[in-house]
Amino acid sequence: MKVAIAAAAVLAVLLFPLVFRGPYPQHLMILVLLNALLGTAWNILGGFAGQISLGQATFFGAGAYTSTLLFQHAGVSPWLGLLAGAAVAVLLALAIGYPCFRLSGHYFAIATIAIGEIAGIAVTNWEFAGGAVGLFLPVEGEGLAAFKFGDKLGYYYVIAALLAFSVALAAWLRRGRPGYYWRAIREDQAAARSVGVPATRYKQLAIAISAALTAMAGTFYAQYLLFIDPPSVLPLSLSIQICLVAVLGGAGTLVGPLLGAAVLVPLSAATSVALGGSGRSLDLVVYGLLIMLIAAFEPAGLVGIARRLRRRGSP
Amino acid sequence: MIAQALVSGLLIGFVFALIAAGLTLIFGVMEIVNFAHGEFLMLSMYLSYFLHAGLGWDPIAALPVNAVALFALGVVVYYALIRRVLRAPMLAQVFATFGLGVFLQNAAQFLWRPDFRTLGDTWVSGRLSLAGVYFSGPQLAAAAGAVLTTAGLWWLLSRTEIGRALLATAEDRQAASLMGINPDRMFALAWGLGAACVGVAGALLSTFYYVFPQVGGVFALIAFVAVALGGFGSVVGAFAGGVLIGVVESLAGVFVAPAVKNLFVFAIYLVVVLLRPRGLVGKQ
Repeated sequence: MKVAIAAAAVLAVLLFPLVFRGPYPQHLMILVLLNALLGTAWNILGGFAGQISLGQATFFGAGAYTSTLLFQHAGVSPWLGLLAGAAVAVLLALAIGYPCFRLSGHYFAIATIAIGEIAGIAVTNWEFAGGAVGLFLPVEGEGLAAFKFGDKLGYYYVIAALLAFSVALAAWLRRGRPGYYWRAIREDQAAARSVGVPATRYKQLAIAISAALTAMAGTFYAQYLLFIDPPSVLPLSLSIQICLVAVLGGAGTLVGPLLGAAVLVPLSAATSVALGGSGRSLDLVVYGLLIMLIAAFEPAGLVGIARRLRRRGSP
Repeated sequence: MIAQALVSGLLIGFVFALIAAGLTLIFGVMEIVNFAHGEFLMLSMYLSYFLHAGLGWDPIAALPVNAVALFALGVVVYYALIRRVLRAPMLAQVFATFGLGVFLQNAAQFLWRPDFRTLGDTWVSGRLSLAGVYFSGPQLAAAAGAVLTTAGLWWLLSRTEIGRALLATAEDRQAASLMGINPDRMFALAWGLGAACVGVAGALLSTFYYVFPQVGGVFALIAFVAVALGGFGSVVGAFAGGVLIGVVESLAGVFVAPAVKNLFVFAIYLVVVLLRPRGLVGKQ
């Protein structure tokens, strides 16, 4: 049953752009996949290991800026830039985790906010990285090798492949030793330590993987939109949205972030198409209301709703 | 110039402290962070604006109206929303209040447009000069009001029966309910009092700050940091955190650059919690 649903979902994602050929549906679906990737990355740190990060934009920005600066100044291929961005993000993550993992609960979450805000302010005031003006990527060159495509289709399959890699990695980690250790740390860190779980090392592993995947998404974003600046890749609102995707979908589960992205992205697009025309943010009024209602009535996220529906379907 | 920067920082720091005190009170009693705290502040500022523009009421005179209105809002939010997520995972609680914040902010934008509004002259307009240091009237009044309100809150919590009941609920809600305290009403009271604090802060801020739908975000982020800096749940800690942030922000703005002043605020937070993981006054 589970395998059948998964296969159907994969097939649907692969065929989607061949059925819906317009640029808008494809763009929307690219955003869904991108958010699913970001949510999956958050979930490894926040859902599996229970360390709530509200600073994921730091890693997203690290990926976007590293690949873009490398390309602009040294002509490095964005594919290498993607790996370099991930490496930079991992170093950042370890440097953040080393001191901050001594903090627990809300203190850790607010520390990640503080670091994200510091990164945003620092880049805004950093002339070499374009400062507040941002960076434009040159538009010449096309094809898979250049990580630049004339239409949406190329980007679509790149982000789909990145997402598939991330979900497979998350599934593999969750089934193995790290998954058990993370769960133990999440439920009770002191107890986990007392039975010999090297908590700090495994939390570092979680933040490093989460950061690397998030940075890859950042590089993808820069290649896709060809323009980055601090308000687009380093804002607190992005960090919160990443967390929202995973939590409303269902934190700690594999499908949660995918479900969250598949519902939240079209929802916010639909409300902004239907209600945003007034320029008076009625769409966000509805969006806020929905977030509030889901959180209040289904604390386990959309996964909880899906589970209940399935139980009703097959008693 | 140091004196001027210190004074400005202290004055705004007291207002940060009051906003943070409301936030920390709610957290202390029930371990929920109110992510709509900034939007409560925004609503209070609009209330001052409309009372001033519509009825000609001075925000300082109308201050009790703000306090009562926001108290009521806090209680309503508790019964309508928070009670449903009391036993939910922390993240569901975060997003319940976050969703409320998004809703309120954009409802304000829808109803009242994204314009920046100012109240114009109020009772406290003007400024005072003392030994070469300027004190802006509205900021002085705001600081005084904030200190008095925070002190009042502290007195209520530590010196009255109802305050002890609140603290007892914070300590152990089961034991408290065995002593005849109704935890549900205490939680509602915490939300009322916490919101009333930002109600007062909003009225005070409206005399010198722009009123616009996103105004809460600026102050809420600082209040979160102040609360964590002081130690979650401690009113004294939140007060210290708010004042410290006001001073750091002001000094960094003058001596480094206004564009990077918040960098120092966040850096101070990191330094403090890395040295004391449960904040300035938290039990380590």
